[in-house]
Amino acid sequence: MSGTFVGMPAFPEAASRAVRDATLRGNLRHATHTIRAKRAQAVAELSDWAALRTAGMRIKEHTLRHLDRYLVQLEESVTAAGGTVHWALDAEEANRIVTRLVQETGESEVVKVKSMATQEIGLNEALAAEGIRAYETDLAELIVQLGKDRPSHILVPAIHRNRGEIRDIFRTEMGRWGRPAPEGLTDAPAELAEAARRHLREKFLRAKVGISGANFMVAETGTLVVVESEGNGRMCLTLPQTLISVVGIEKVVPAWRDLEVFLQTLPRSATAERMNPYTSMWTGTTDGDGPRTFHLVLLDNGRTDTLADRVGRQALRCIRCSACLNVCPVYERAGGHAYGSVYPGPIGAILSPQLRGTASAIDASLPYASSLCGACYDVCPVAIDIPEVLVHLRERVVEGGPAVREGNRVVLKPAKGHAAERAAMRAARWAFTRPGALRAGQRLASGTRRLHPRTLPGPGRAWSGTRDLPAVPVEPFRDWWQRTHGGKEGTG
Amino acid sequence: MRVGLFLTCVNDTLYPDTGRAVVKLLTRLGVEVDFPMTQTCCGQAHYNTGYRHQAEPLAWHFSDVFGAYEAIVTPSGSCGAMVRELYPRMGERAAAEGRGDALTRALAPVVPKTFELTEFLVDVLGVTDVGACYPHKVTYHPTCHGLRGLGLADRPRRLLQAVRGLELVELPGAEECCGFGGTFALKNAELSAAMGADKVRSAESTGADVLCAADNSCLMHLGGTMSRLQSDMRPVHIAEILASAEEDPAV
Ligand code: SF4
Repeated sequence: MSGTFVGMPAFPEAASRAVRDATLRGNLRHATHTIRAKRAQAVAELSDWAALRTAGMRIKEHTLRHLDRYLVQLEESVTAAGGTVHWALDAEEANRIVTRLVQETGESEVVKVKSMATQEIGLNEALAAEGIRAYETDLAELIVQLGKDRPSHILVPAIHRNRGEIRDIFRTEMGRWGRPAPEGLTDAPAELAEAARRHLREKFLRAKVGISGANFMVAETGTLVVVESEGNGRMCLTLPQTLISVVGIEKVVPAWRDLEVFLQTLPRSATAERMNPYTSMWTGTTDGDGPRTFHLVLLDNGRTDTLADRVGRQALRCIRCSACLNVCPVYERAGGHAYGSVYPGPIGAILSPQLRGTASAIDASLPYASSLCGACYDVCPVAIDIPEVLVHLRERVVEGGPAVREGNRVVLKPAKGHAAERAAMRAARWAFTRPGALRAGQRLASGTRRLHPRTLPGPGRAWSGTRDLPAVPVEPFRDWWQRTHGGKEGTG
Repeated sequence: MRVGLFLTCVNDTLYPDTGRAVVKLLTRLGVEVDFPMTQTCCGQAHYNTGYRHQAEPLAWHFSDVFGAYEAIVTPSGSCGAMVRELYPRMGERAAAEGRGDALTRALAPVVPKTFELTEFLVDVLGVTDVGACYPHKVTYHPTCHGLRGLGLADRPRRLLQAVRGLELVELPGAEECCGFGGTFALKNAELSAAMGADKVRSAESTGADVLCAADNSCLMHLGGTMSRLQSDMRPVHIAEILASAEEDPAV
């Protein structure tokens, strides 16, 4: 995967830094709580929400089970409609293909519309290395790009920024990339939007090559779908002469009719809108309308490996609505950057360690970036049981086990650094399968209760740095029971 | 009716008052309670931390200990959810690993008979007024595994509303996780503590003197936070409130 986030510290460290950043916490809390309440309302309006959720889950499940067939059908449909399909096994191959396609046009600038797949593979950096400048045109992406920052949310990549910060970024950075921000720009939303619009318009009118992602690809017709709310995407999709779309292979749906479900569930889950403002669809090329040349780059980059995992594959159902981020108490406090990936929040915690493996410190820590409260599963419009996958990936981290890597079956070794925990878990299991041993331990704890501190040294410090321990009671329950009900002791 | 009380290892070791309250309450309601002495732990901490294979012997042990009872009652939403939601999944995973359906068969008699306390009172005994008296201002925190795992819904609130003298006040942001999350509290201590502090502050904002929940693990985390923040609130398990009677009040 992309080099963008390599070398990230493990999640707990990155998150602690965010927890202590009061501005960041305030920005995130405000944004997620607002959208959370609106989403709940928008969903409650539909009496058949549960049925839509099940339908979405089934369509995606079915597609994933027959992914090979639908991808071949998609390739045929796109080709028949005048497009060209390319297959990319990993980030490097995808970047090479796109770079070559841009070079063949003779251009050195491209406009981009929000595409997580291209961020996943680090396309902008790869293009820059070949002297090609990529301009982000989604407002939030623009803010991230100008601020030399990283996205921190799936849908609102600049969610961690407030208006004052955005004004400062526009003032100092816009000029270096094109049309500068107007003199005396304030942090009024209308003024900020106008500055961005003028800056971007210049780019749209000049660009000959557009690069996009897609929310859905319809196998039966070869149609690609982009769902967005600003209209900048539509400019990117229609004005350039050449359009290159980089899309993950899991985004295919079998039939046009399947969109009926997702075009209801996606906008409501994402922005709490009944219908999203701009839904752009294109099928190959058409004379006299839109780009003359269309390329579709189908990206694997760990997806086939993920598909091979019985429990983990459900992550590929994700439609990137970001509802799970907005409802997650951990995301709310840790911020998106702590997840070390373009996919933050609960979905990022299960997707990144599958796409990238669990070898790095950050990837091995992501499955633990959750209290397993289950709020993400509740809101997910395709019913991904995120807590189930988190626990499954924890197992992979601590116990190792079979997995598929680059198409090969491998047996992963347990990650380093869990030896003490593993020993403690074994010891606990030993005691818990021997009631006598458990009882002896309890008696020891009760007998020495006066000596117990309410804070702990060593590994226990993590608990007692911020919370007091409960006092150990004089007598555990089982001793009381035996003393008072001893005559009719249990059957066990 | 004779039920097996599955108290959980945390309650047994650290919160025996909750166990005594359950015995008192159920006995008052005419239920014969038994505490099988060989019970230990459901294995939730193992399972949720990624040690599913270490949790399996504990599931076997649970089925041995509790298989013979008409019903199994536990005053813990998360341990209840472990048995009802996750034990069947462990059986499926064992089968998928080629170890047959022995675990599934062993668990079949215990899984559907296991009830969290408030569920047992409302669904099995069919009572919401348990004859309790508790003259305090109380706010209720529905813990994640009780709320989303077991779907306890408004059962605990209905029980609390029927308690004489008790003033129930709504907790703002009640459905948000308190930040305990088992080993999450250790592995991501700062996040966990921040979530706990937010929960305590929102509980304090209600003006209640008691924060009530149906799980002592969450209450241990919140109580430890209250103690550290020098809050005037007290964490109290719902069983202790429901067991409290005019002639024999809980403090
Ligand atoms: S996991 Fe579900 S809730 Fe989260 S972004 Fe994907 S579809 Fe949306």
